[in-house]
Amino acid sequence: MNLRTLGIALASTALMTTAAMAEDVTLTIESWRTDDLTLWQDKIIPAFEKDNPGIKVVFSPTAPTEYNAALNSKLEAGSAGDLITCRPFDASLALFEAGHLAALDDMDAMSNFSDVAKSAWQTDDASASFCVPMASVIHGFIYNKDAFEELGLEAPTTEAEFFAVLDKIKDDGSYIPMAMGTNDQWEAATMGYNNIGPNYWKGEEGRLELIKGEQKLTDEQWVAPYATLAKWAPYLGFGYEAQTYPDSQNLFTLGRAAIYPAGSWEFAGFNTQADFEMGAFKAPVQSEGDTCYISDHTDIGIGLNAASPNADAAKTFLAWVASPEFASIFGNALPGFFPLSKTPVELEDPLAQEFASWRGECESTIRSTYQILSRGTPNLENETWGASVAAIKGTETPEALGAKLQDGLTSWYAPHQ
Amino acid sequence: MKRPRIRWHIAVFLAPAVLVYTTIMILPLFNTLHLALYSRIDQERIFVGLQNFMTLFGEPVWADQFWNALGNNVWFFVIHMLVQNPIGIALAAMLSHPKLRFAALYRSAIFIPTILSFVIVGFAWKLILSPIWGIAPTMFGSVGLGFLYQPWLGKEEYALTSLSLISSGQFVGIPMMLIYAALLTIPEEILEAGEIDGITGLNAFWKIKLPLILPSIGIISILTFVGNFNAFDLIYASQGALAGPNFSTDILGTFFYRTFFGFQLQLGDPHMGAAVASAMFAIILVGVCVYLFGIQTRLRRYQL
Repeated sequence: MNLRTLGIALASTALMTTAAMAEDVTLTIESWRTDDLTLWQDKIIPAFEKDNPGIKVVFSPTAPTEYNAALNSKLEAGSAGDLITCRPFDASLALFEAGHLAALDDMDAMSNFSDVAKSAWQTDDASASFCVPMASVIHGFIYNKDAFEELGLEAPTTEAEFFAVLDKIKDDGSYIPMAMGTNDQWEAATMGYNNIGPNYWKGEEGRLELIKGEQKLTDEQWVAPYATLAKWAPYLGFGYEAQTYPDSQNLFTLGRAAIYPAGSWEFAGFNTQADFEMGAFKAPVQSEGDTCYISDHTDIGIGLNAASPNADAAKTFLAWVASPEFASIFGNALPGFFPLSKTPVELEDPLAQEFASWRGECESTIRSTYQILSRGTPNLENETWGASVAAIKGTETPEALGAKLQDGLTSWYAPHQ
Repeated sequence: MKRPRIRWHIAVFLAPAVLVYTTIMILPLFNTLHLALYSRIDQERIFVGLQNFMTLFGEPVWADQFWNALGNNVWFFVIHMLVQNPIGIALAAMLSHPKLRFAALYRSAIFIPTILSFVIVGFAWKLILSPIWGIAPTMFGSVGLGFLYQPWLGKEEYALTSLSLISSGQFVGIPMMLIYAALLTIPEEILEAGEIDGITGLNAFWKIKLPLILPSIGIISILTFVGNFNAFDLIYASQGALAGPNFSTDILGTFFYRTFFGFQLQLGDPHMGAAVASAMFAIILVGVCVYLFGIQTRLRRYQL
């Protein structure tokens, strides 16, 4: 090869490189939030693309229950997107340990988050962080304000008041007292057990002692919520056993049910569907004046696929996710997903304001089964689904359920052996 | 002496089929069996021999689920044998009646559900039976039987049977078609000879046609067996991977799915999953062998 041809060759490579650079990088986000597709497409992604020309973002969600399985297969096969929406705790930790998620500690933007916010996406010793925290969800109850006014009811604060309200709605007969089914099983655990439970096991205190092995699932504070769930059955309406999660959402937004045991992620859907005014109350305490505990669960983070060919662009996106600008867009575009960054965000949605205000009145905790306790087989989270359903249907006594869950945990978890 | 010519063309013509079959069926099968002998401990793949099978059959946590799934699977199969196949045979007998008009129309109508996707059928039935939006509660109510209606798919005691019946309804077209074809091959002369001896109507069916179609019924039974023990889609589409309520509809297919791919917070375990798959394979193999050596060899073929 003489010098001239070499020159041409070099020049053409240079040309090709610049052409490649001018071409847009497309980032794909893996997520389980199928409900949020339009919000990402209409609000979040355009806001990012406006400030970052040359980077295109595609939001590509999978159904929530299949997300972990589908994501794992895609990562193994090398076909997963550049950005991975992270479930809290073990599911993501396993991905990090398997080398699928990149460590993000070197990103300046991580300093925008408190240690608690980051805890869901760190190694057990907090030495490495692998997802940017996005949001937490808060549990409580949403109610139909019109129905409550019509029947002369007030939002309950204690358990006695709660069941009195349910009785009154049932006696009146024009509304199903509470919209929840047991068909999909997780509702009973997530919106049932982990919604009302923290008031019994005193939030973080009970949760951490359970992890240390100082409390057992057969203890009163872990069994009692099942006994309370068992009292829900008569208020759930006919055929609740075959009622699916979307069924419950529809029953409530169509105005046929008065109360909905909720996670705050429902707001966006409910705001567009319900044409009545909605109110909210937190999980009722046992007696007036008790300290209240709310499930304020770190729920969504976003990380970088270690095998992504567009790591630089993806880091630009992650840095933006960690910025106050994103927190404000996300918190308001998806009311009910409460941003975790240190900068406070003004929330416009009244329901979101109500739920967020509980952070000031009550102690926050996360779902009891998520950290460490769902690492083995049987998986405590999935077991809790079945147990909560059995409690509501009354197929097993609360004590038997506690014993069964404890047996399962003891079988693989050293601190309980 | 002339040596027998090697018939190369046979090998050449068989090669593509053998190659394809080996790559997509036989190799994966042995790979699965192989995978079941390993386990992943601290990110490392370690040979553990039959440990996974011991866990599957011996440890209560796994064994309870396995036997529950197997028991449910047997019930699923029994319902198909008791409902789908007799109805299929009866339909075929009626269709082959020479005086039946519009036979082709009925035949297609009954066969069409077979070609529909499980997802569509499962979803349609879920809607029909829904206590909230379904037409089933209203239909029962309108004939004064409202008290009979139950949220069938949501009750532990009914869910599996309901799903087996739904599946039977969908696939009744297959035994019908196979038996129909077998009935058509019975020569008219035999039936006429019977008629001369005074065997007509139902009697002709029981005494002449049924013995002649027994081999076809055997084939249908074994197809049903293999199909049912590999079933997955309908349960997954209508009840999800946790095969609710409380695992009452959990069959080997859904158990395998949860184990291999994981579900919700539970992460997949390919090695235990492969062990479940191997157990499923063994069960089906035993069933098919019992059929081949225990039943088929005893089926008499009547010389027509």
